[in-house]
Amino acid sequence: MIAIQEILTSIDVGLIFGIVAIGIYLTFRTINFADLTCDGSFALGASVSATLIVNGANPYLASIISLISGGIAGLLTGILNIKFKIADLLSGIIIAFMLYSVNLRIMGNSPNITFAESDSIFASSCVSFTIFSIILCLTLIIVYLLFSRFGLRLRAIGYNKQFAAISGININSMTIAGVSSSNALIALGGSLFSQYQGFCDISQGFGTLVIGLTSVVIGEKIFSFKKEPLLIFSCVLGSILYRIFINVALHGNSLGIGTQDLNLITGLITIVAMLIRKKYKNA
Amino acid sequence: MLKLNNIFVGNILRNLNLVIDRGECVLITGENGAGKTTLFNTISGIIKLDSGNIILNGQDITNFPYYKRAYWISSVLQDPKAGTIGEMTILENLHLASIRTNDKSKKSIDFFREKLSVLEMNLENRLEEKVKNLSGGQRQALSLIMATSADYELLLLDEITASLDPKNSDTIMKLVEKIICEERKTCLIISHDTNYIGSFKGNMMRLNNGKVEKS
Repeated sequence: MIAIQEILTSIDVGLIFGIVAIGIYLTFRTINFADLTCDGSFALGASVSATLIVNGANPYLASIISLISGGIAGLLTGILNIKFKIADLLSGIIIAFMLYSVNLRIMGNSPNITFAESDSIFASSCVSFTIFSIILCLTLIIVYLLFSRFGLRLRAIGYNKQFAAISGININSMTIAGVSSSNALIALGGSLFSQYQGFCDISQGFGTLVIGLTSVVIGEKIFSFKKEPLLIFSCVLGSILYRIFINVALHGNSLGIGTQDLNLITGLITIVAMLIRKKYKNA
Repeated sequence: MLKLNNIFVGNILRNLNLVIDRGECVLITGENGAGKTTLFNTISGIIKLDSGNIILNGQDITNFPYYKRAYWISSVLQDPKAGTIGEMTILENLHLASIRTNDKSKKSIDFFREKLSVLEMNLENRLEEKVKNLSGGQRQALSLIMATSADYELLLLDEITASLDPKNSDTIMKLVEKIICEERKTCLIISHDTNYIGSFKGNMMRLNNGKVEKS
């Protein structure tokens, strides 16, 4: 049986990864850009904030700097794609690949950093309440932005580039802005996750894309909001559900399932979510 | 006034020259592959020209990127699905079109309603409806309203009746005539619709061998 505490932990982690899911939604769904930078930018956010906190920086400031660092990583991916005409997939892979070395450098050539929870933004109050407040504020800001003229332009380039062009939208700038914003959010997710754990590891970002995409798909399937910007909420809810599914799956001791099977289970959940989505679309 | 001087684009447009006076409406015809859509894309800035220059109302816009040209040039595309965003509402599409104007009065819902009421399709009361629910004719009419609701100096219409049935095609043609009469803006229409060509009263030209000739 799953204990209440474990469900609460799933909700906390689900909320944090909700930001990652929103970031992935912005690129893969809103602007239709297959960005693979996320594995690198998640670890970048984690390593930047862990290093800063260990060196005595304010955890809120460390989170903001992580957000900016992710934004820069996304900016570079966008520039590779738009200015140097490198395919979106490859641009993301190159930057994520390079970020591995950058992250190691940031962490002082150490593969992991540990710090006390008391140094993180979750130290002063109830952890779940802090996470919930941060995620709610961020989600509301993003929904507002997507409803604004900026969001309208961002969504337009994802749907119809030709129409966007004749409407006076600078497609290149908006694409770069979209990829940059997405990675800023993913890096913030990485920062919050490392602070939640009090631990940062160089390999922390592996699988971020799959986890984020699965959350997006689960959210879209289960919570079908009519207004598109409101789908942002479904990303967060999908992320929470994903964490609960994983938790339930990992409790299958009788089937011999253990933590070593995490990636296998994640992959299976992704496939099932995709198949349900496909069937739902074809129906 | 629109002036195209010695335009070269690949092997499609070769030393093309064209002058359209301010407020004049010109129809350009031509066979498939003659370069009509290339001409449209060249003027709107989607395709870069190899040489030559484009002057609109005395201003050389040759080096202006497409998104800057959109503030002077309003375009309607051949396919109504390409000229609107089906996943967005009618209102959101109109808001997108109003990016090209700084006039606040042209960004208001009342203004959009007034513009849509001209269509007599009851679209002014369906602002929150997704555009994908509209018929091809309604989408093309909306596209036309979107193009003319913002400020513009030149109206570019590319085969706008090509993907419509005769009834919708007739409705759109009448709407174009009405807009041209009311707005008195420079207009370039590209079409090979024989019905439209037959009823067109303005200046007609033909695109042949990469050049524009008097029809």
